[in-house]
Amino acid sequence: MKLLIKNGRVIDPYSKIDDTLDILIDKGKIADIKSRIETEVPKIIDASRLVVAPGFIDMHTHLREPGQEYKETLRTGSLAAAKGGFSSIACMPNTNPVNDNQGVTEYIVSESKKKAVVNILPIAAITKGQKGEELTDMADLTNSGAVAFSDDGHPVQNSQIMRRALEYSKLLDSLIIDHCEDINLSCDGVMNEGYYSYLFGLKGIPASSEETMVARNIILAEKADARIHIAHLSVKGSAERIRIAKSKNIKVSSEVTPHHLFLIDSDLESYDTNLKVNPPLRSKDDVQSLIKALKDGTIDVFATDHAPHTIDEKSIEFDNAPFGINGLETAVPLFLDKLVNKNIISLQRFIQMSSTTPAKLLGLENKGKICIGADADFTILNLNKKIVVDINQFQSKSRNNPFHGWKLKGVPVMTIVGGKIVFPFS
Amino acid sequence: MPFNQKNLLGIQYLSPDEIITILDTAESFLEISKREVKKVPTLRGKTVVNLFFEASTRTRSSFELAAKRLSADIVNFNLNSSSVIKGESLKDTVLNLAAMNTDAIIVRHSCAGVPHFMSTFCKSSIINAGDGFHEHPTQALLDAFTIRERKKSFEGLKTVIIGDVLHSRVARSNIFLLKKMGANVVLIAPPPLLPPEFKSLGVNIDFNFERGIEDADVIMMLRIQLERQQRNFFPSIREYRNLYQLTKKRFARAKKNAIIMHPGPINRDVEISADLADSVKSVILKQVENGIAIRMAILYLLLGGKDRETTN
Repeated sequence: MKLLIKNGRVIDPYSKIDDTLDILIDKGKIADIKSRIETEVPKIIDASRLVVAPGFIDMHTHLREPGQEYKETLRTGSLAAAKGGFSSIACMPNTNPVNDNQGVTEYIVSESKKKAVVNILPIAAITKGQKGEELTDMADLTNSGAVAFSDDGHPVQNSQIMRRALEYSKLLDSLIIDHCEDINLSCDGVMNEGYYSYLFGLKGIPASSEETMVARNIILAEKADARIHIAHLSVKGSAERIRIAKSKNIKVSSEVTPHHLFLIDSDLESYDTNLKVNPPLRSKDDVQSLIKALKDGTIDVFATDHAPHTIDEKSIEFDNAPFGINGLETAVPLFLDKLVNKNIISLQRFIQMSSTTPAKLLGLENKGKICIGADADFTILNLNKKIVVDINQFQSKSRNNPFHGWKLKGVPVMTIVGGKIVFPFS
Repeated sequence: MPFNQKNLLGIQYLSPDEIITILDTAESFLEISKREVKKVPTLRGKTVVNLFFEASTRTRSSFELAAKRLSADIVNFNLNSSSVIKGESLKDTVLNLAAMNTDAIIVRHSCAGVPHFMSTFCKSSIINAGDGFHEHPTQALLDAFTIRERKKSFEGLKTVIIGDVLHSRVARSNIFLLKKMGANVVLIAPPPLLPPEFKSLGVNIDFNFERGIEDADVIMMLRIQLERQQRNFFPSIREYRNLYQLTKKRFARAKKNAIIMHPGPINRDVEISADLADSVKSVILKQVENGIAIRMAILYLLLGGKDRETTN
């Protein structure tokens, strides 16, 4: 089916476009881009006063299927993504069973085709069972559709294993993503270690638990001449190490989440378990460093680390509650309101970090760009529309989001995947 | 001075005036426990629950006696928090208790913030009897009461707290209270148990016992737990004892009329030498006695206040 998007402000950092253009879509691909396209199509989208961007890609989500469908499914996660302005989402392997074999990867790929409304890109485990001992069959997994490898919340502690994974990834030109955490340093911690953890009497997770692993990974990636992606950057020291590594042309990239930018450790005064996340919400000083790293290019992409948990799972003692924030439906409005509308970063840079760079890092050749022949994935934004975050309106199965009640300006109003409008829902 | 709190979640959330009100109220209750008939009808008809998810003899019986001496009805629940995790959730347990129209729930739990969490959904008054490493407000209040008996004023008083400050809710509540009342506080512990961030609470820190105890008016010892050594916060109990035990020699560096306090239970000859624990300088048993008056005051102020209805 043909589709015509008219009069939008088209911004594509990949091809350096920022202009009012019409886009013709045919058979799921971009067929034409011109200042004025006049042709008979079954549907025309009037994008006047709206921004048309290449479809946003979230490199870091947890979709819970297979195994924990009561928290989220491929379908509900994809609906949340569509509403949140994401046309593609990559999902971490900590499902049950773990995505460490072709069976699970193929299940996710085929089920997503049947049920999901956005592209779902599986990230497979680095090691079998995420146990950190034995590498998975990375070539087979890549053939089955794995776009990257990560042990995520059970990070590889053994440096020799990480070294081998980095070396082997070169064969596949695949990306290793690491949740950087020395689990001996973080021990049983539940929040950022520092003044506030001492004040609130909660066990701390020191900044060093992240920073030591960031440093290790940079050293290993340099030696292996391989690519390493640092998940959810949270502390000043990590940002500084990545900045230096980039200046030495080491192949390191990094991502940041909304919660690590817009919330801090002192917010935990309420003991609200919706603020319990790993890495934990850090200090004001860390947040300032992350903003600086965002502006100077040390941080490459935005990611949500969407981690759905049920209300009952979160309605318990802070120490015992699971880590994680449900983020797909609030990320884009938060970034637009807090960063773009406040001129901390430009709209172009925001789009680059939400689409262009994630596509490049994950090797998605036909995504993250608005060019003739590319996939017709779009995120359409209204920079002036205001919303009040309401967790009760979520598409996600879970509600664990600490931004409930926040007033934000700038929202995704339409998501197109393969030439099909997936949001607003029809 | 009216007392308008519904809950007692921690010293952090009290004003100096409210602290004085509690201490003055306790003063008036002290005498009841010395009567032949140790009972007044003040809280007759009120129901109080002791909900303890952690072992306790002192605090639990102190609250129980306090409630009984005010004629309130009290029920004890001793639950192992780990079995609760597997079975009924804390929230369901508390909602069930509240459904029995209890007026106050006294809670002790190994997780910080549990009293706050309970106060978000429970209509009964919540009294914190110790939450994780966070707060133990009635301990700090009874300590303050005991100090005031001996020292009359908190202003400028040098109070040293020695031991496992990092993992101590007693230390935290005492720091908050003593700072609010104008005392000087020095914390003494091995560096792994005394992070520099504690200084932001307005206290001084010292790793050296001999230096830190110099001219102290009040010495508070904390219980040291074997588990800390297993986690390498210090190398051995033997070395801890050598460096941080309160001995006569170290005590001699404090002021002549200094008093020795300990929240109990004490490890004799570990953090404190047995002879000092039993000496006239020790007010350890006085603390226990005063604990009942403080807890009577808390129950009275939270449950018995005349304009309770309007302050909810």
